[in-house]
Amino acid sequence: MENTTSPNKAILVLEDGTVFEGYAAGKIGTTEGEIAFNTGMYGYQEIFTDPSYYGQILVMATAHIGNYGVHDQEVESEGLKIAGLVTKKFSEIYSRVGGNGTLQEYLERDGIVGICDIDSRSLVRHIREKGAMNAVISSDNLNAEALKELVKKVPSMEGLELSSKVTSSKRYVVKAENESCKVALLDLGVKTNIVRCLNDRGCTVEVFPSDTSAEEILSTNPEGIMFSNGPGDPSAMKNVVEQVGKLVDSGTPCFGICLGHQVIALSQGLSTVKMFNGHRGVNHPVKNLISGKAEITSQNHGFVVSRESADANDNIEVTHIHLNDETLAGIRVINKPVFSVQYHPEASAGPHDSRYLFDDFVAAIKEHVMN
Amino acid sequence: MPRDKSIRSVLIIGSGPIVIGQACEFDYAGSQASRSLREEGIEVTLINSNPATIMTDPVVADNVYLLPLEPESIEDILKKHNIDAVLPTMGGQTALNLAIKCDEMGLWEEFGVKMIGVDIAAIDITENREAFRNLMEQIDVPMAPQATAKSFLEGKEIAQRFGFPLCIRPSYTLGGSGAAIVHDREQYEKLLTRGLHASPIHEVMIDKALMGWKEYELELLRDANDNVTIICSIENFDPMGIHTGDSITVAPAMTLSDTVFQRMRDMAIKMMRSIGDFAGGCNVQFAVSPDAAEDIIAIEINPRVSRSSALASKATGYPIAKVAAKLAIGYHLDELKNQITRTTSAMFEPTLDYVIVKIPRWNFDKFKGADRELGLQMKSVGEVMGIGRSFQEALQKACQSLEINRNGLGADGKELRDQEQILNSLEHPSWNRLFHIYDAIRLGIPFKKIQEKTKIDFWFLKQIEDLIKLERKIEKHTLSSIPKEMLFEAKQKGYADRQIAHLLGCLESEAHAKRTELGIKRVYKLVDTCAAEFEAKTPYYYSTFEEENESVSSDKKKIVVLGSGPNRIGQGIEFDYSCVHGVLAAKECGYETIMINCNPETVSTDFDTADKLYFEPVFWEHIYDIIQHEKPVGVIVQLGGQTALKLAEKLDRYGIKVLGTSYEALDLAEDRGSFSSLLRECNIPYPEFGVVESAEQATELSKDLGFPLLVRPSYVLGGQRMKIVINEDDLETTVVDILRDMPDNKILLDHFLDGAIEAEADAICDGEDTYIIGVMQHIEPAGIHSGDSFAVLPPYNLGDLVLQQIEEYTKTIAVKLRTKGLLNIQFAIKDDKVYVIEANPRASRTVPFIAKAYGEPYVNYAAKVMLGEKKVKDFKFNPKRNGYAVKIPVFSYSKFPNVNKELGPEMKSTGEAIRFIKDLKDPFFRKIYSERNLYLSR
Repeated sequence: MENTTSPNKAILVLEDGTVFEGYAAGKIGTTEGEIAFNTGMYGYQEIFTDPSYYGQILVMATAHIGNYGVHDQEVESEGLKIAGLVTKKFSEIYSRVGGNGTLQEYLERDGIVGICDIDSRSLVRHIREKGAMNAVISSDNLNAEALKELVKKVPSMEGLELSSKVTSSKRYVVKAENESCKVALLDLGVKTNIVRCLNDRGCTVEVFPSDTSAEEILSTNPEGIMFSNGPGDPSAMKNVVEQVGKLVDSGTPCFGICLGHQVIALSQGLSTVKMFNGHRGVNHPVKNLISGKAEITSQNHGFVVSRESADANDNIEVTHIHLNDETLAGIRVINKPVFSVQYHPEASAGPHDSRYLFDDFVAAIKEHVMN
Repeated sequence: MPRDKSIRSVLIIGSGPIVIGQACEFDYAGSQASRSLREEGIEVTLINSNPATIMTDPVVADNVYLLPLEPESIEDILKKHNIDAVLPTMGGQTALNLAIKCDEMGLWEEFGVKMIGVDIAAIDITENREAFRNLMEQIDVPMAPQATAKSFLEGKEIAQRFGFPLCIRPSYTLGGSGAAIVHDREQYEKLLTRGLHASPIHEVMIDKALMGWKEYELELLRDANDNVTIICSIENFDPMGIHTGDSITVAPAMTLSDTVFQRMRDMAIKMMRSIGDFAGGCNVQFAVSPDAAEDIIAIEINPRVSRSSALASKATGYPIAKVAAKLAIGYHLDELKNQITRTTSAMFEPTLDYVIVKIPRWNFDKFKGADRELGLQMKSVGEVMGIGRSFQEALQKACQSLEINRNGLGADGKELRDQEQILNSLEHPSWNRLFHIYDAIRLGIPFKKIQEKTKIDFWFLKQIEDLIKLERKIEKHTLSSIPKEMLFEAKQKGYADRQIAHLLGCLESEAHAKRTELGIKRVYKLVDTCAAEFEAKTPYYYSTFEEENESVSSDKKKIVVLGSGPNRIGQGIEFDYSCVHGVLAAKECGYETIMINCNPETVSTDFDTADKLYFEPVFWEHIYDIIQHEKPVGVIVQLGGQTALKLAEKLDRYGIKVLGTSYEALDLAEDRGSFSSLLRECNIPYPEFGVVESAEQATELSKDLGFPLLVRPSYVLGGQRMKIVINEDDLETTVVDILRDMPDNKILLDHFLDGAIEAEADAICDGEDTYIIGVMQHIEPAGIHSGDSFAVLPPYNLGDLVLQQIEEYTKTIAVKLRTKGLLNIQFAIKDDKVYVIEANPRASRTVPFIAKAYGEPYVNYAAKVMLGEKKVKDFKFNPKRNGYAVKIPVFSYSKFPNVNKELGPEMKSTGEAIRFIKDLKDPFFRKIYSERNLYLSR
């Protein structure tokens, strides 16, 4: 399989002019975006359908992708969200009795362009050294010089607002089987599994588009408010941050994940910065400073809340830190039932160590309702 | 919490002699743990009866006790040292069992010793199947339906309830002996009766056999704060039904979705937390149903480091034993650094951007009459690991590492073409099933049928089919017409130059030259635990064919040490001991050291043994490419057994310096003709011999030499195919047999000195001076391979005259061969006359034994002599000579119930133990001496 039957060549050009040659995967065409790598070894379908990856050309560091095909149940949104795929071995066949097709068919269906059979390790090392940058993949134009011109025109991720591109266009409700509370969810690019994790805990979830006003959300009398993950630069989301600030002030229990965490932080006067290299993978160690326990987490972010700004703010307690680089991984607003984490407790893909945060959220809701 | 300061002195229990199922992975684990504890300023005391290990070397531990693994030995140690804690998790089930025994006797309590790394409750529950089952039920972890039967009737009822296939395991028998898979009623009734009889308590466990279910293993670490991480996931290529130690395994898991993996991860963590409250390592095995339900069933959990955790350490770079030892003394995972990056946290889950394939190494040829079909009981004696940037590359590299005279998987003219034989092999797997899968696909046997018979996952089989598709394309070309892209693809998929040469019909050197000319070069990548996310500080490399080379060659003066490849009978852990010492000695002399080996169980492949580790097949092409890249001053071949030694000729031919004894001298000793001329010249007696190429010639020659005769192919290892014959009929059959299996091989006939006494000497020589490090006398009479005999150091009843001759001959031969390094000579003594049987100018199996018995670093000295850094006279030898040291051969016959315990000139033991005795009145010595003829075969 692989390059013996897919003779189409493809080319990857980075913003700094570096060129990698390989073979085409997915749709034949040209695509652009910011290049980032993910080190997870399983869960490619969940990753590719995660709206937080919107606009990103994703390098999968693991050697093989596609081996177990795709499965209707393992999606984090309606379709593929990555801008392009870069990998080493791309399997055009798959092995899974309950599977629903090959990854190739899936990429073609959603028109995603990819490249395989490149020295992806050297590419990851390159990005590690040089930092995040834009890139172009093409399998219909192998002219490196032309692509170098094209990549110059790709807008920088910094200052880019992308949530509005992936948020739901209208409000909708996902009912819990054994409803015990009502949660409003501000969809900044939500992963399905966040809703599922809430549903599993008896929370009926009403999902709101990212441009919904705080007043509109509060008018539905939610018992808890969830701020979802999503793509882009949080500092470019002035309006959302303003609404989030009002929602936090309302005293309703709030829980933020990833971009949701960042907008809570911004609403409290903290700042965010673009990371040299983001955290993307399913093996990130986080320490819970309250319990003293460590957890292995799923992460996907290129921006982070500044640790200094959190330490300097008297209203904020740092609750979680990343153990590899001691960046901020979680905060709590003092004297308010509001907390958030930079990583993904809903996992999918990734370990389930941090699911307790949803329990904490539900507990906070129950406590708030009681009072 | 930082480390427990009350622990200042720790006892580590080793795993004893190497047997099938418990091999040198525990030497690796014990050595790592010991170093890890000493880093913390803890005094380490070590007990192991296995002298061939690195862990029992003074470079590893503070106090080493080479004593039998019995409570009495432990008691002696506890009386002598103030031990605070015992770490029993590094020595396999042997160490856990000994720890339990001592616990039952109240030893730990009496001496105030705390058990760390595991607790008694955890060991108990994982060994008691019934209790374990109940516990799993409580925590909601499914297991295969299982029940115990104490009678035939009960057994039959259970079968009716569960349906076939079933596993029957007699209770309280060792190492899975008597266990069987049963497919039908008739067979079941027979095996049920047998099983009940085999059990000392007349009881069998019956479980539903999950044949064809996918099999996985997870390696876990847990700290005292209950933090858990999964270090590695391993997928078995061979589905359920074959012991995981006998299965080809792959990491990371190749066909596992995140949903299934995370469910498995959750179960594993829950299981580890449920079995006890301890900080350390754990191995959990699972089966997954090969259908849309993807049900997960737990098979077992081992609360200790294991063969798989050694593999996982080498596969990921994460040193499990080292970290497990730190956790045992109180550290939390988040307080430790990742040993590879040294900047990020040890609390994480390694991620791989390459694939590893482990293939077991079997030695069925040593056990005539053994049931060669793989099943519930482990039968392999060693293993190899291949690392590549794809499954296919790793698979080919693992096949190249096996040393079974293949050049990889296929494309070497050794395919089997008999359909019936192939189909039978697919269904009844033995050591060669992988090769027969390849043959089946190549022969055009329908894919569905192969899948049906093997139950191996479709994805894996497709990978092999894809290789064959590529071969068919290559075969259409010649050396001059093959396009660069196709050649590059073949190299990326792991094909050796030799395989490509076979497909193109050219020479290996031509294929190598062609790809070099086309710029297709090996590059080296790091094993770094993190898929390149962070910079790694440890120099652990594997090769592949890609763009970037991460291995920067320094301009320091450096040497390469060739490892000994997979463990097998005749070439085991002793050689790894020697390789490690060679590396350490060269470091002391200021060389940059480069280790090449492919055996994941070893200390030599630990990332901090050599300055640079290339985890690569000890296969010409790989070695040559590394040498081209690194440009060392020379290569040490004397330490890695025959594997390394047999590469000397080619190294010499390519103008690469063989350090120490020259290739000519190595060849001279190996070549019977010229070696005998040398002996004749020096007036040294040797048994009359001759070389033949046919049965006729053999009969003819036998008239001159006279029976009994020792018959063997030339250039063999561990006495392979060696036989003593007493008449012409026997001789003819033996010669015909050898020539059938090893055509073109010359056959040596030696007059066999019946009833002679055997002895051997090991020496270090610098070309001028020779120092005899030890002479050992065998207890059994001549005819039993030296590796299988009890032997005593120093000799116990050889006359002064005989000893004088032995010493004189050793010195003469050493100098005549211009030996630079180690030399081992085997002698036969009859009527006070000493005959030289053979000379091996390399580290022998006995060198580590003598070094341990006398307490001197002989391999270190010898390596310095090889490097030309020292002369023999530069060393002050001061051996500790108290009483005698007895070498005890250890066999794994229990794994092969149909094989007679019969010894002969072909080696069969898998390991050895050492025992010190004060004098010859010792009852142990008297017993073995009186039984010296017991197992002699003809």
